[in-house]
Amino acid sequence: MIPAPFDYVAAQSPAHALDLLDRHGDEAKLLAGGHSLLPMMKLRLATPSVLIDIGRLAELTGIRAEGDELVIGAATPHAVLASSELVRADAPLLAHSAAQVGDPQIRHRGTIGGSLAHADPAADLPMALLALGGSVDLLGRDGTRNVVADDFFTGFFETSLAEDELIAAVRVPRRPGQGWGYQKFVRRANDWAVVGVAAVDGRIALANMGSVPLRAHAAERALAEGAGPAEAAELAADDTEPSEDVHADRDYRRHLARVLTRRALTRRT
Amino acid sequence: MQVELTVNGRRRTDEVEPRLLLVHYLREVCGLRAANVGCDTTSCGACTVLLNGTSVKSCTVLTVQANGQQVTTAEGLASNGDLHPVQAAFRQEHGLQCGFCTPGMVMATVGLLSENPHPTETEVREGLEGNFCRCTGYHNIVRAVLAAAEAGAGAEAGA
Repeated sequence: MIPAPFDYVAAQSPAHALDLLDRHGDEAKLLAGGHSLLPMMKLRLATPSVLIDIGRLAELTGIRAEGDELVIGAATPHAVLASSELVRADAPLLAHSAAQVGDPQIRHRGTIGGSLAHADPAADLPMALLALGGSVDLLGRDGTRNVVADDFFTGFFETSLAEDELIAAVRVPRRPGQGWGYQKFVRRANDWAVVGVAAVDGRIALANMGSVPLRAHAAERALAEGAGPAEAAELAADDTEPSEDVHADRDYRRHLARVLTRRALTRRT
Repeated sequence: MQVELTVNGRRRTDEVEPRLLLVHYLREVCGLRAANVGCDTTSCGACTVLLNGTSVKSCTVLTVQANGQQVTTAEGLASNGDLHPVQAAFRQEHGLQCGFCTPGMVMATVGLLSENPHPTETEVREGLEGNFCRCTGYHNIVRAVLAAAEAGAGAEAGA
């Protein structure tokens, strides 16, 4: 499968990328690892006329501790995130989540910023960021604005990232030794979650239970009010309208959300 | 657009369309046919090559993204007629049946052993989860990877 023709520009800096976005408007797409975008372009589901490559910008890579947060460059590949000693110590759920994406080759190329911008509701990292209460730094011509995960995912494959912005960095709270649980139910190796659950510090996030990654608010409230894991998990699918497909109908997805939440609240993986 | 890549140690300059996928560049422009186009959807791993020593699926990399970088294919593994230890181990353990997945399996193995020179059997299976053998000949493939590790292939991996 061959993508439709396009022009390619390797951005020299984040500012250069923003200039190019400004010049080309919605005809342009940002490219980093390309592991969400290129498959869509090969299927001609996406036909941008310009690709702006930000995948090799040093400004968008690297992982550092900044006060009580970890700051992760948006172009950091999943494999780097998964093996980072800093992330494994201070945000172990995030490192684990990155290690669940696709397979080793995919994790060598795919990036955290790309995965979040793509905003597949069945994907690992959007769910993880939501569970962790993280945020994204969005760089635009007027500077950087920070958007928390709860506000970032706005619809099916849609985010609050504006057409003239790029994700510069991802922030997650540093919580060494925090308890966490991660459950991903798949039919096949390497697949997206039929349903996923990430739980950490009383927050519970669900993958593929709606058009965006969701918080299981009713279950979280029950936990906060002293309910045990099994009791709280019974509420995990409340207020959800998951889609139906060949893998699972609505009731089955709700069942999975309850079972996987109970597991996520009682063990790591 | 003009690109300059180092392919199997040899630097070359080519004029390519931005949409040319790395696997098509390797097969059709460079004439290196080891990397196969299998699923063409980043699933099967038959097109696996090393990009700067790291395994990638070349059906989901643009040639222009690899501009200025080093690509290694299965053709680039043997030196002076001697098989790379991973290739030798695949032959010794008969880690193949029809052979279609083999170049990708070998390159994924070279990448795996460069990151983890002495994997457990479980780590081998997880490390090759991005490569499918439709003959389902996984047992011998896993044996071959473990034999390659035993033979010290990790030290040469990515070379």
